[in-house]
Amino acid sequence: MAALSVVVVRKRFPAVGAAPEKLVLHDLRFRVAAGETVAVLGPSGCGKTTLLNLIAGLDREFEGRIERPAGRLAFVFQEPRLLPWRTVEDNLRFVLDGVPDASARIRTALGEVELPEVGPVYASRLSLGMARRVALARALVVRPSLLLLDEPFVSLDQPTAWRLRLLLLELLARHRTTTLIVTHEPREAVMLADRILLLSAAPARLRAELAVPLSFDERREQARIEAVARALLPDLREPIAAEAA
Amino acid sequence: MGLSGPLSATELAAAASSAAAARSRRFEPRRLLAPLSVLVLAGLWAATAWLLDSPRLFPSPALVLEAILREFRAGELLIHLGWTLMRVAVAFLLAMAIGAAIGIAMGRMALIDDFGRPWLLFFLNLPALVTIVLCYIWLGLGEVAAVVAVAINKIPNVAVTLREGAKALDQALFEMAQVFAVPKRLVLEHIVLPQLAPYFLAAARSGLALVWKIVLVVELLGRPNGVGFQIHSAFQLFDVATVLAYALAFMAVVQLIEWAGFQPLARRLERWRR
Repeated sequence: MAALSVVVVRKRFPAVGAAPEKLVLHDLRFRVAAGETVAVLGPSGCGKTTLLNLIAGLDREFEGRIERPAGRLAFVFQEPRLLPWRTVEDNLRFVLDGVPDASARIRTALGEVELPEVGPVYASRLSLGMARRVALARALVVRPSLLLLDEPFVSLDQPTAWRLRLLLLELLARHRTTTLIVTHEPREAVMLADRILLLSAAPARLRAELAVPLSFDERREQARIEAVARALLPDLREPIAAEAA
Repeated sequence: MGLSGPLSATELAAAASSAAAARSRRFEPRRLLAPLSVLVLAGLWAATAWLLDSPRLFPSPALVLEAILREFRAGELLIHLGWTLMRVAVAFLLAMAIGAAIGIAMGRMALIDDFGRPWLLFFLNLPALVTIVLCYIWLGLGEVAAVVAVAINKIPNVAVTLREGAKALDQALFEMAQVFAVPKRLVLEHIVLPQLAPYFLAAARSGLALVWKIVLVVELLGRPNGVGFQIHSAFQLFDVATVLAYALAFMAVVQLIEWAGFQPLARRLERWRR
């Protein structure tokens, strides 16, 4: 049963000034099953964020067809995109209009990202790592039928990124949310995803589709992740050792 | 600061608020400079008055204070302050509402911006005196003409400020709201207004300063009451003490609005910043 079905025949950005028209995505087709976590892995600038914008409906100018599951959509952007002038609690309440048990849900979501006490703190006062966890809580609190993550742990120091990935791994296992995560980090894809879609450089097309043969517990061991990443993706360069927590 | 555990967030908030409290409690000699400068100005004024020795054309601070008390006891001061304040309030609110609507529309829609820019330029450069005279001729020597003339003078300034604010709205937050299907009224309340608030405040502060000065001219040219009318009457008698008495009294009112209104409001709006 496919929850998300994506067919992008062509996505191009029109010529602007001296810059010529650019074909960003070409003949990209894939499906994500309900409860599955799929990682889209590709070099920087290959159009991964564009793909997420198409799926989220933020950009409707493309040839193709995207079918999203019924229910709510959640998006964890590259930057946390919190409202700095509102408290953490109000940031979560912002996406819960008309939900009767909003306060209880907010408490649970903040507890899940291990920030049970930041509710009354202004979002402007959070460190980047905390803000990313709050952005994750805001995504989970709507109980999405589809969760989109765009390089959610980029520009964090390695130990912090590792801890946040562990946290996300647990939350995805607990909620079984249909998830599409975009990353340029091979180990992140191996650690979190059931399946990896390998994209080429722009215009991005599907280069390979790889199943990740790791159990939940194995995904918490850096050595296992490293070994599988090397086996699946032989052209890996930098080692993972620097990420030791 | 890196990622920290659950406790550190509250510690962080506590640290931030206690640092702010310490800053406001600590004695700073620099704070004495402003009152000192007011005293120096009054001293210079008194010394000049004493040197010129012409109390009618250059009254001392004491004579002006006397004039203020005299007008207050006669019941004149409050009546005329009241009239002026009322005109200021109506013209100010009118200008803020219309100017903000125009400015936000121009900031959000390129077509309206392109079309409206020449108009804005025209009204920005139209001398206040011309607007006032024309309003009195076309609308009659009445309250409506007075208030409309003042508002027309201020609207373009408000529009320009709010246009900049509307142009600077963060697109990324609108995308976030769209993805999470947040209703429009919440987007307005939590995304648009907090970002426009500093621009509103800037327009209001500079607006009040401009509006009350223009109201005095309007009163001088065609109203039978108000601070501007009283200054006009005193001018015909070469009564400088009364001119200064009314001017100082109204300046005090405007300063009071700044202290009791705008400054607490600004602090409230800025609370979320580090």
